[in-house]
Amino acid sequence: MSQEERLANGLSIFGIGLGLAELTVPRRLAKTIGVPSEHHRIIRAMGLREIASGISILMQRTPTAGLWLRVAGDLIDLTCLGAAAMSKRADHRRIAATTAAVVGATALDFVCAQQLSRGVRTRNGTMPVTVSLMIDRSPEDLYSYWRKFSDFPSFMKHVISVKPTGERQSHWVVTGPFGATVEWDAEITEDRANELIAWRSVEGSDVDHSGQIRFEQAPGGRGTMVTVEMHYGPPGGTLGSAVSAWFGEDPNQSIKMDLRRFKQVMETGEVITTEGQSAGRSTSTSIQYDPAVRR
Amino acid sequence: MKATCWYGKQDVRVVNVPDPKILNQRDAIIKITSTAICGSDLHLYNGFVPTMESGDILGHEFMGEVVEVGSEVKKLRVGDRVVVAFPISCGRCFFCKNEKYSLCENSNPNAWMAEQFFGHSPAGIFGYSHLTVGFAGGQAEYARVPFADVGTVKIENGFTDEQVLFLSDIFPTGYMAAEHCNISRGDTVAIWGCGPVGQFAIRSAFLIGAERVIAIDRVPERLQMAREGGARTINYEENDVYDLLMQVTGGRGPDACMDAVGLEAHTPGPLYFYDRLKQALMLESDRPMVLREAILACRNGGTISIPGVYGGFIDKLPMGALMNKGLTIKTGQTHCQHYFKPLLQRIAKGEIDPSFVVTHRIKLEDAPHGYEMFLHKEDGCIKIVMSP
Repeated sequence: MSQEERLANGLSIFGIGLGLAELTVPRRLAKTIGVPSEHHRIIRAMGLREIASGISILMQRTPTAGLWLRVAGDLIDLTCLGAAAMSKRADHRRIAATTAAVVGATALDFVCAQQLSRGVRTRNGTMPVTVSLMIDRSPEDLYSYWRKFSDFPSFMKHVISVKPTGERQSHWVVTGPFGATVEWDAEITEDRANELIAWRSVEGSDVDHSGQIRFEQAPGGRGTMVTVEMHYGPPGGTLGSAVSAWFGEDPNQSIKMDLRRFKQVMETGEVITTEGQSAGRSTSTSIQYDPAVRR
Repeated sequence: MKATCWYGKQDVRVVNVPDPKILNQRDAIIKITSTAICGSDLHLYNGFVPTMESGDILGHEFMGEVVEVGSEVKKLRVGDRVVVAFPISCGRCFFCKNEKYSLCENSNPNAWMAEQFFGHSPAGIFGYSHLTVGFAGGQAEYARVPFADVGTVKIENGFTDEQVLFLSDIFPTGYMAAEHCNISRGDTVAIWGCGPVGQFAIRSAFLIGAERVIAIDRVPERLQMAREGGARTINYEENDVYDLLMQVTGGRGPDACMDAVGLEAHTPGPLYFYDRLKQALMLESDRPMVLREAILACRNGGTISIPGVYGGFIDKLPMGALMNKGLTIKTGQTHCQHYFKPLLQRIAKGEIDPSFVVTHRIKLEDAPHGYEMFLHKEDGCIKIVMSP
């Protein structure tokens, strides 16, 4: 089970517990959170909802939908708390504390739901990414282009440079989250001509990174199926990856777009762009849609 | 240069913008001699297509003279007179090699976004939202044409602009839609929508060998033009379309039914307001009235061809009818480049003169007025050609 799925289960069990309390002792709970106790029926209904979304998360093989239900429920809770805070008879200090707790839960629910929706499954602090794409060139052509490493910056958005430093060693300079530059040395761990290249960061590097690319001849003369598998230990672990994903650095999509640009280079000769084209506006919007645009 | 730019719902202006440059080495720059407003531009004009950005240059039907080529352009030469296909296609991927140019895998740098909407990305299109790349369009004085060797057809002298301009979109679109009807001898084809694509579909259906074409619309000038093309016509505001189609086909229904209308369909009666309301509430993005009617009218085992543009989701599609009647659906953006040569030959042989569809000729500066006139079908407007 991935860390995201474990977090989802934890949130759902917490939700069921809270829901049972709301269902059985709504008046006492009202007092604890600072709401007038005549609202006990609303609190009971909220409890039912908590239990329902909790069970739906535990029952599903992929809990994504259940988590988005939780996010929606959190927003309803916050709205009700806002309404309760207007009341004169409410205990405003307790309501403020409750609101802070619900905001915290909402943030956790949201991050977890978003990560699950994007297919991010962190295991032991590393994010595995698998992407595959069909490219209409022979495994030989693709292998020999990739094996050089030095052309990576032409199609990999985050890679600033890769310099071969030995037969099997190379030095990587990459932009990390929030524009920081990350450098490390990598070595090739497996190299089978026209089939597979595997690499990993050398021990003691700042970044824990490993990956492999496979080239398999597709049937019927349809080119080559290229599969990239990467394991990336982001700085800051699960939370770090969640935070960077939040700012648009979704690793799955990022690698997929890199691979798509690799395909463009191999099939058409270069990466197609709209940056620099004419438009009736003073600033280009290309970068909003095409993250590979460099300025 | 002057260019027609989109600034919001029903807000189109002709403004001065920088001239286009070669950005990829397979690009060419075209000095535009003729450009047209397409019915699908009206979906942008009405704000139905997401990811338009203020300042986007519109237009995907244009032709002109090559004035500059990138270093990797092999066939085109400066001075060539060319028509440009509306889909942008690399010519080297699986789909391009199979001549399914509008499904090119390499012409959309924003493919990730289209994948989220559609599961896979179609080819890029000139001036048609950032979902399909946001490439600057051709309602301008100049345009950049990526993959120029693939996306253009060279025109020898002897043709006027208006005879060949529509190879860029609506003629191949009508023709492919007619091919999709799977026409054999004796067939009756019913075509909903007598806009420019519908007009070309009517004539293409006859070129391919249809026995009868029945065209459905409500605008008198468009029905008149359809009759001039040899079709029988039905005004859907005055007749029950299903009943009439059954009457003229002995109760069997047309062999093929074509939806040349798409997502902004109209229909008399309360159903229109039902779909308009659902669209306003964002419960559906497209209005499928024509598609519903076509599915119900089509004969058992017949074919539904859909050249009309859809963008998102529809509601209450009669799936039961589709399945139990054993219908086939054929659709897609047009693989224009595939039709360049054969359709140019048909024009050269005099089998069709595409200029029949032009009702208005205006200057590029008057584009905003052109859009308004086309939208409201004022002054019998069917097709507007603009010259810079």
